[in-house]
Amino acid sequence: MSETQTEEENDEVSRDREADPTPALEMEAVRKVYEVADEQVVALDHADLTLGSDEIVALVGPSGSGKTTLCSIAGGILSPTEGRVVVGGNDISDYSPKQLTEFRRDSVGFVFQTVNLIPFLTARENLLVVDEIGSRDRKRANRRADQLLEELGLEDRAGNLPSQLSGGQKQRVAIGRSLMNEPALVLFDEPTSALDTKLGEQMVELIREEMKSRGTAAIIVTHDERITGYADRTVHITDGRLEA
Amino acid sequence: MRLALRELRRRPGRFGVATVILTLIAILLMFLGGLLDGLTAGNTGAIRAQQADLIVYSEASQDSLVRSRIEPRQRRQVQAVDGVSEAGELGSVQLGARIEGKGPRDLVPVVLFGYQSASAGLPEPPARPGRAWADDTLKAEGVEQGDTIRIGPARSPVEVVGFVSDTRYAGQSTLWASLGTWRRIQNENRPDARVAPGVSQALVVRAAETGDPPDLAERIDQATGGLTSSLTEDEAIDALPGVSAQQSVFNQILGLTVLIAIIVVALFFALITVERVGLYGVLKALGAGSGRLFAGVLLQAVIVTVIACAIGAVAALALDAVIPAGSIPFTAGGGRLIGSTVVLLLAAVIGCAFSLRRVLRVDPAQAIGGGQ
Repeated sequence: MSETQTEEENDEVSRDREADPTPALEMEAVRKVYEVADEQVVALDHADLTLGSDEIVALVGPSGSGKTTLCSIAGGILSPTEGRVVVGGNDISDYSPKQLTEFRRDSVGFVFQTVNLIPFLTARENLLVVDEIGSRDRKRANRRADQLLEELGLEDRAGNLPSQLSGGQKQRVAIGRSLMNEPALVLFDEPTSALDTKLGEQMVELIREEMKSRGTAAIIVTHDERITGYADRTVHITDGRLEA
Repeated sequence: MRLALRELRRRPGRFGVATVILTLIAILLMFLGGLLDGLTAGNTGAIRAQQADLIVYSEASQDSLVRSRIEPRQRRQVQAVDGVSEAGELGSVQLGARIEGKGPRDLVPVVLFGYQSASAGLPEPPARPGRAWADDTLKAEGVEQGDTIRIGPARSPVEVVGFVSDTRYAGQSTLWASLGTWRRIQNENRPDARVAPGVSQALVVRAAETGDPPDLAERIDQATGGLTSSLTEDEAIDALPGVSAQQSVFNQILGLTVLIAIIVVALFFALITVERVGLYGVLKALGAGSGRLFAGVLLQAVIVTVIACAIGAVAALALDAVIPAGSIPFTAGGGRLIGSTVVLLLAAVIGCAFSLRRVLRVDPAQAIGGGQ
């Protein structure tokens, strides 16, 4: 980090680092059932999961095992059919769609499998999107964006469009974006699936570094067992059920 | 919202087709509207120039100037009605005019009016007989101040003492002379429809104070024993042959054009929304509400429409400047241009509304697990 950081910037970083006793995620007896053509499909069955405030968990399971559903519920994109979901101290089990939208904006970060950067915005502008959606504190957001770009080694790519970035660089922008709102929890969906082994390792190292330096919890969805070495804990999921 | 603006600025090509089509529609609306305004002005100028509170025709004329006859007695009765400040006589005759420099068969149809009361649009009638003011569209026919025109089969001479504007009648240029001049020319050229001294075709009534014209109209008709039909200026304009039919036809065409605009915007933005479903999913997952996303769509539609209307207005004004007076009845009035813009903006908003449901239905969950 540069030597000319202001006191405010120092405070922001140390706030990220403070040990926080509140669990990042508490899921109790969470169940998600879909009605598909008169049949009931159980996507998630009695899921219990707790994450410490700075814990990184690898979620491993085959396709169709319910990983996406679990992430969607933990991330406040879906509401559970039954059960309790508490993220960063907020009980979102019964939130309305509008409340969930606000919650996502303020407390959760996503890194999608297909990266999904906005194609007509530069790397920096992509980071600032979340702040623009909420139009909160522009100056603070600008500072944070610059800080993240530097940490992620993207300073000289800040003004590039996604079409001008490599796969790894785009992934890093996505990671930066997920951290802009200082989330309690970040959800990574198959972050290495599009990268070769070496880049994949670098990516997960970077993820671990960023999460740990900020004390932010993360769930990394993957079906690559090698990644699990970088997580604090691995949780397996099959057919909607979690195994420790 | 800034997102929507940035997209417009960075991907203008994407909106290019819609902008072009909307511009064409805006031009169509403004040209047709300007044509309608020009035609209407050409029909109604003479009546509007009177700035009358009421126009009085004879009851038997069915509100037609040419068929109407007002006798001196009726005129006195009307003048005597309480609330009537002035009741000026008005007469007209439609004839072909021979203008110097034009061939013997190249007659210009004109309407010669005989009148009494001046107004803001019409100065006092020329005192000496045989003289008249001319509507300035006659300048396009080569008429200059001081020229003598010969009108009708009797080739009655009329000297042009000056010009007035926006006084046309039934789409024809007009001449404005004293009542005596009119009667003489009418009798010389239309012997089967002679008018005796004191007889006119209509009365131009100005009310004493700002009363109620329809009420005054009733009292006037009562005073003449039902022999007159008194109309307000708007009613008189409506009664002019062809005016309301013309407006009705044009307005139907304009209405259809607006409908097409709504459909164009609806289709175009529906297409854009469908293309962006993935982007909206991501934005919603990041915490953008549907309202904000839809506001962005609306903003883009409004901006595209404003640009289209600006180009259309410039084109209409350019056309107005370039068309020589008196050839095509076209006029690009501010009211028409602004009105067309407002209507198109409304059409754009309505067109966008068809995409609202799709924006609402975008599911943020689809952004996750894209590859599964």
